[in-house]
Amino acid sequence: MDLIDIVNILAQTVRLATPLILACLAGLYSERAGIVDIGLEGKLLASAFTAATVAALTGSPWLALLAGIGGALLFSGVHGLASINFKGNQTISGVALNFLAAGLTTYLGTSWFKRGGFTPQLSADQRFGPLQLPFAAELRNVPIIGPIYSGLISGYSLITYFAILAVPITAWVLFRTRFGLRLRAVGENPKAIDTAGISVTLLRYQALIITAVLVGIGGAYLSIAAGAGFIPNMAAGRGYIALAALIFAKWKPWPALLVCLMFGFLDAVQLRLQGIKFPYIGEIPVQAIQVLPYILTVILLAGFIGRAVAPKAAGLPYTKER
Amino acid sequence: MNSPLPRWVDVALLPLLNVIIAFLIGGLIVLSVGQNPLRAVQVMLFGAFGYGTGFGYTLYYTTDFIFAGLAVSLAMHAGLFNIGAEGQAYVAGLGVILIALALNGLHWTLMFPLMIIAGALFGAGWAYIPGYLQAKRGSHIVITTILFNFIATSMMSFIIARFLKPPTVASDESAPIEMVSRVLKLNTFIPYFKTAPVNVTVFLAIGGLFAFYWLIWRTKFGYAVRALGHNQAAANYAGISNQKMIMLVMALSGAIVAMIAVNNVGGVHGRLIMNYVNGAGFVGIAVAFMGKGHPIGVGLSALLFGVLYQGGSELAFSMPGITREMIVTIQALVILFTGAMGDMLRTPLARLFSAATPSGGAR
Repeated sequence: MDLIDIVNILAQTVRLATPLILACLAGLYSERAGIVDIGLEGKLLASAFTAATVAALTGSPWLALLAGIGGALLFSGVHGLASINFKGNQTISGVALNFLAAGLTTYLGTSWFKRGGFTPQLSADQRFGPLQLPFAAELRNVPIIGPIYSGLISGYSLITYFAILAVPITAWVLFRTRFGLRLRAVGENPKAIDTAGISVTLLRYQALIITAVLVGIGGAYLSIAAGAGFIPNMAAGRGYIALAALIFAKWKPWPALLVCLMFGFLDAVQLRLQGIKFPYIGEIPVQAIQVLPYILTVILLAGFIGRAVAPKAAGLPYTKER
Repeated sequence: MNSPLPRWVDVALLPLLNVIIAFLIGGLIVLSVGQNPLRAVQVMLFGAFGYGTGFGYTLYYTTDFIFAGLAVSLAMHAGLFNIGAEGQAYVAGLGVILIALALNGLHWTLMFPLMIIAGALFGAGWAYIPGYLQAKRGSHIVITTILFNFIATSMMSFIIARFLKPPTVASDESAPIEMVSRVLKLNTFIPYFKTAPVNVTVFLAIGGLFAFYWLIWRTKFGYAVRALGHNQAAANYAGISNQKMIMLVMALSGAIVAMIAVNNVGGVHGRLIMNYVNGAGFVGIAVAFMGKGHPIGVGLSALLFGVLYQGGSELAFSMPGITREMIVTIQALVILFTGAMGDMLRTPLARLFSAATPSGGAR
């Protein structure tokens, strides 16, 4: 295994981690504001579908990205209605939205495009392709720095750069701005926020909107950047993994990035190990490798990470005193 | 505070209205892709009740959904949200096929209880782990049960492809159980059902509904379950061990949903087929919420989903625009409106009733 191999695996790690990072940060805003969001999976799926549909119809990746955000906003809106206005159970609402996304995307996709739930294949100019940073091609042959720069730093889609950038922005918003302070407060003690004369409902909806924007971009990444069209159930549990990453990262942005990269790395190694024969063990069965991230998540959640304490008011609807 | 609603409104009218809203929205979605929802309902009802085979299929689906609904309901009464019924039923299939293949050829009357026990043990074991992790390590049961569904899928497809699949069979499934050992189909003594898969397990499901009522509302264990669901601290104070109860409830929940394996692996298919559960465990979530965790409600909502599934596959034949995914969509809408937004209509209804009562008294 030489440098090129390592660079390739690491670059693949970043690519695979991109939707996780976006979904994880999305969940961070929502849960910090006191809204539990099991529905990340469904939102990823819904936005992947709306983005791929609009990309196929209009040919514009930017419109498609907007559509992806729109799809996630729609689902976030229903979640908000259920959990903020009607004070329903947020976990149930999230689970319902996941099923809704799974059913609706395949159903609408099948009746609109008649391809068994797949949307039409997108061409390169309808997608967010890899970007070449300046001098990437020229530096490629320089030893050590060349492959690292052109393979590991350059060559991702615009969305990946955005996802990485979203981490410091989130950290800044959360811990350095008035909005962030209020956001954290509303997840810990909504009554205090209410007493201070700030609307709990408004703050929570604002958090849900940010959640939808981020997870919507993450969903769009699946279908119009990493993939070239929508495939039924293409989120494949990433929403849940992102949620587990969020718990593992204790609802903090920088650890969230690290955990998501770790899951991305596992996934990259998993793809790499398929079909390779090991001495004594032989070929590792595909299923054993595929199941690795899930088992790891279970082990991590079982508390080998110290106790993860959720925002205190997470999952509780707020009722104003009358 | 709102004035409390009459009991019949709370128990019957409110859930009914919520289900109606879910179906109206489902109808709008069907309409939006240019299909006629009323004709769809007509085709569906005929497909589900109109002839023997169809009705038999409806009962077969209902059997699965009753088990799944009861399993989710039991956990729900203890304040636990078991999303893992799908994986638990899948793993239970392994228990059923192992005992059945080991004693292949045994008469079904002897095999039936053995399959129930073996399936229940495997299902309970698989559900016990998330229960243990929740009780002892504090991992969130919703997330662990979801993850365990994924793990079950991978593990089972490995076991089926690597160990259970006979070399002569092309598709991913185990060797067949002999006919004499399979759970008896109803069509052997009721010719009306023709080729329908409904079998004796349906009586187990109906019996399960009664047993569930007795267990939850007439036993000490049921009291402990409900106490835990209402208030963990109070339950603890009353001398109930929360940790032990969580593990026990999850294991029992897994044992109940394991009966899906008896119905399918031990009866209908007579073999373990890859991904045989096919979403039945997830339907249980909708059934449990719609039925509010009560056996009467669970029975009726299981029947409704049985109609949807059987009628739905009929639909797919006669109205090509409507696929099985529409049923998943309706299932989601039912969970959303009866589970998450269940109290949406409470305030308007309360206003309506408090407005109606004094005017009635004045007259």
